[in-house]
Amino acid sequence: MAARIAGDVSTLVRAAGVRRAFGATTVLDGVDLAIGPGEVVALLGGSGSGKSTLLRILAGLDPEATGTVSVPREHAVVFQEHRLMPWKRVTDNVGLGVSGGNVRARIAAALTEVGLADRARSWPAELSGGQAQRVAFARALVREPRVLLLDEPFGALDALTRLKMQDLFGRLRARHGFAALLVTHDVDEALLLADRALVLDGGRIAEELPVRLEHPRAPDDPGFGPLRRQLLDRLGVPQRHP
Amino acid sequence: MTAVAAPVEVEAAAAVAPGPRRRRWRRLVSPVAILLLWQALSMIGVLSPDKLPAPSTVFQTGWRLAADGTLGANLLDSLTRAAVGLLIGGVLALALGAAAGLLRVGDDIIDPPVQMARMLPHLALVPLLIIWVGIGESMKITLVALGVFFPLYFNTYAGIRDIDERLVEAARTCGLGTWARLRHVILPGALPSLFLGLRLAIGAAWLSLVVGEQTNTQNGIGFLMMEAREFSQTDVVVLGLFVYAGLGLLSDLLLRMLERKALAWRRGLQAT
Repeated sequence: MAARIAGDVSTLVRAAGVRRAFGATTVLDGVDLAIGPGEVVALLGGSGSGKSTLLRILAGLDPEATGTVSVPREHAVVFQEHRLMPWKRVTDNVGLGVSGGNVRARIAAALTEVGLADRARSWPAELSGGQAQRVAFARALVREPRVLLLDEPFGALDALTRLKMQDLFGRLRARHGFAALLVTHDVDEALLLADRALVLDGGRIAEELPVRLEHPRAPDDPGFGPLRRQLLDRLGVPQRHP
Repeated sequence: MTAVAAPVEVEAAAAVAPGPRRRRWRRLVSPVAILLLWQALSMIGVLSPDKLPAPSTVFQTGWRLAADGTLGANLLDSLTRAAVGLLIGGVLALALGAAAGLLRVGDDIIDPPVQMARMLPHLALVPLLIIWVGIGESMKITLVALGVFFPLYFNTYAGIRDIDERLVEAARTCGLGTWARLRHVILPGALPSLFLGLRLAIGAAWLSLVVGEQTNTQNGIGFLMMEAREFSQTDVVVLGLFVYAGLGLLSDLLLRMLERKALAWRRGLQAT
């Protein structure tokens, strides 16, 4: 288990020297990472680069990892699959494990924010893929997280739904000001949503790239081109030169 | 002209795809026909009343025994045996199945002997059980409990093992502790399998009861049948068979209703 230490004020999430090996294969070989309050960091990497492994370690789901990790207690996770309990109605899925006063009102507010106030009594099986993923976001939001850990949350959605969800994420982030670690393999998604992009390669953070573009962003913004090229280069994708 | 043509059309459509209500009635046709044939064969003397009495005779016998309280008292005795055996075997199966399904050490210690014992046909244990616990009430209850234990144990175990690990992880990230995860993820996730196990267990309970009640019994439906056989009262023997069948049918129906209520989420799409 990676040791969990108390973080200081300027960094919300901190990882230092995180290592994880599966048998003889070392996936993470001393990863250092820091996320400030309200900062959205995209974590890019090729298939099997260990980006999901790192997120699982931060989420406290990997007891085998070593190194030090500090994540605030007020964190929530959204996975690639919605992972809703099929035997609980939408409202009970959102409220799973939530305690404290006026839970019902908080659940209703979270569902309204993702545009699903009218589906509170539905079973997960009755929802479309996009709706189910929005419920998963409501389940995260209702916990009032200071940091969201997102493991390719839009990866299983069709292209149109993905665009709408990315837009929704941008609006939620503007309203709540949470920090987020967004694991993705989509360079455009990273540039659209993140303040900073990290590339994981060879078990370490191989590249760090600030994304200084005004919000709201669109993939045809003039600033996108050079950043996209730089990231794709680092990810080993050959570029076509005109 | 149209008034004549319209009903013909409706009938043609119904013949192609009969509705569920119509089909249910249609499924009653052959059992009723068999019953009528049986009655007719008895009345014209093809079936000897000593070998197989007419359904009407069996019904009359049932009415007589119900009226003088014999049937009710013996039914209650049989039901009590089944219930006590079900309770003992069920609690043991749930406890051991859950321990083996949830804990690695439980799996290592409990599962191997249960897997080996499963190969023994439990009804063949009657001679041994008689030596161990005698021929009294405890033998019957032990037999029922044994019959109940295996199907329920295996389905509890499988139900827990088949739960999607990703849901357990999601529950953990939602801050659910061990007990909350048991209550909100493991139990509801294993419930479909538990219901299947319970249905098989109840079937095994009736079967064990039939066999158990044939050895030195002073009461119960089985006693009623064994006593009737000695006096060649075939109608009572057939009545006993009908009662056993009715009990099985009724318990299955009851369980299916319960299942529909508890597993409403599985029919989510049809429910709305």
